[in-house]
Amino acid sequence: MRRVVITGAGTINALGQTVSQTYEAFAQGRCGIGILDIQDLERLSIRIGGQVRDWPTEGVFNRQEIALYDRFTQFAVQAAHQAVAASGLIFEDQLSLTSGVVLGTAGGGVNTWDENYRTVYEEGKNRVHPFVVPKLMNNAAASHISMEYNLRGPSFTVATACASSNHAMGQAFNMIRHGMAQVMLTGGSEAMLCFGGIKAWEGLRVMSRDACRPFSANRNGMVQGEGAAVFVFEEYEHARARGAEILAEVIGFAMTSDAADIVMPSAQGAERAITGCLKDAGLNREDVGYINAHGTGTAANDKTECAAVAHAFGGHADRLMISSTKSMHGHLIGGTGAVELLACLMALREGVIAPTIGYEEADPECALDVVPNVARQAQVDVVMSNAFAFGGLNAVIALRRV
Amino acid sequence: MASEIARRVMEIIAEQALLDLSDVTPEATLESLGIDSLGLVESIFAIEEAFDVSVPFNANEPGKSSFDISSVGAIIAAVETLVDQSQT
Repeated sequence: MRRVVITGAGTINALGQTVSQTYEAFAQGRCGIGILDIQDLERLSIRIGGQVRDWPTEGVFNRQEIALYDRFTQFAVQAAHQAVAASGLIFEDQLSLTSGVVLGTAGGGVNTWDENYRTVYEEGKNRVHPFVVPKLMNNAAASHISMEYNLRGPSFTVATACASSNHAMGQAFNMIRHGMAQVMLTGGSEAMLCFGGIKAWEGLRVMSRDACRPFSANRNGMVQGEGAAVFVFEEYEHARARGAEILAEVIGFAMTSDAADIVMPSAQGAERAITGCLKDAGLNREDVGYINAHGTGTAANDKTECAAVAHAFGGHADRLMISSTKSMHGHLIGGTGAVELLACLMALREGVIAPTIGYEEADPECALDVVPNVARQAQVDVVMSNAFAFGGLNAVIALRRV
Repeated sequence: MASEIARRVMEIIAEQALLDLSDVTPEATLESLGIDSLGLVESIFAIEEAFDVSVPFNANEPGKSSFDISSVGAIIAAVETLVDQSQT
């Protein structure tokens, strides 16, 4: 099997609009969650989120792009620009034919649905803009990135709720590994911080009104975020031959299904994804130094995830570090695994472990080293990232320092 | 009015539990009636719609809510309180 490495990264999220700004926020344990700036906020009972502030569409996108790009596409395209620029790749000739893009998103163009439902239902208009469909479709971001970079190989979009990005990156990894592609742009994007997007989550009664406090005994729910991260996954020999800077190697991926409940997680399903990833990567459990947790800050996820990690890693579970950066950037739903992979890259590249902020009270059901509140200097060689979606779909990916 | 509220709450719970109204007693717990966490959230939604009230309930900290869900009778009492408050 061929080896796969990461040679570029880009992001837009509540903590920053570049990778380096995001690393800086992770290292400082800065919180990007605050009061939302959206229409009809007063009709919501949940009023906080990890919103991307000062988002300059003017001057960044031309008139036609603004007409065609939903917010989730804008985030993805900008993240892809950063990632491709960092990689130094130019997609021409054969490389163009063997390169593609696979992104995760749960909702696609949620803002476009929201705005146009307002137009027809609330304002009573009988006409909508002609680009509503190409703007809201879930594959819009992947397609615009393929057009922007002339990626003419395999491209598609994965929608598995909160595991979308990990599933997407897992596909990109395996496609390169097995010779289906030479380079894949991959990651995910989400933008559902609008009235309808939050009202829907409110209904489930799992959202916090004040903060996301993963693993803390006083946690009271999740907080939504928005944004994107996109990575350049490249076949190792190809990257080496052109002298590319290699950020990390992707070494393993596994996915499982709980086949049990549409919202409640299963420790067994999560554990099987973790042990499956270890096996796929050819790792011993003692090799793993850091896990970026799914860590949503709900009662159900955090205790189930900790049980899964404890069982999968045995005695080593007490020696590894596990943190949830959702405490800082919020839960980006379909984009979350992509932004969280940045914390994994930071751990490998900078030797800094992003903390779980908002941690106030120990929970005996989450008795692992969750790197509470303050970032930590530590050298780790292998890291993992967990994503466990509603619907019981689990996806775990592993990276190694090169 | 109180008995009317009790009857309506028990109807909502019976419908959620797929049981006859006569099988739902004030002493019963939601668990004993086979109502899981999703069923609970759906029941609360139905109560809010039926009585035009807002029930303070976060699934992450059910014990912290002032809305007591420990039994059908407790839920009826909590709904009666909410309806009283909404009328004053």
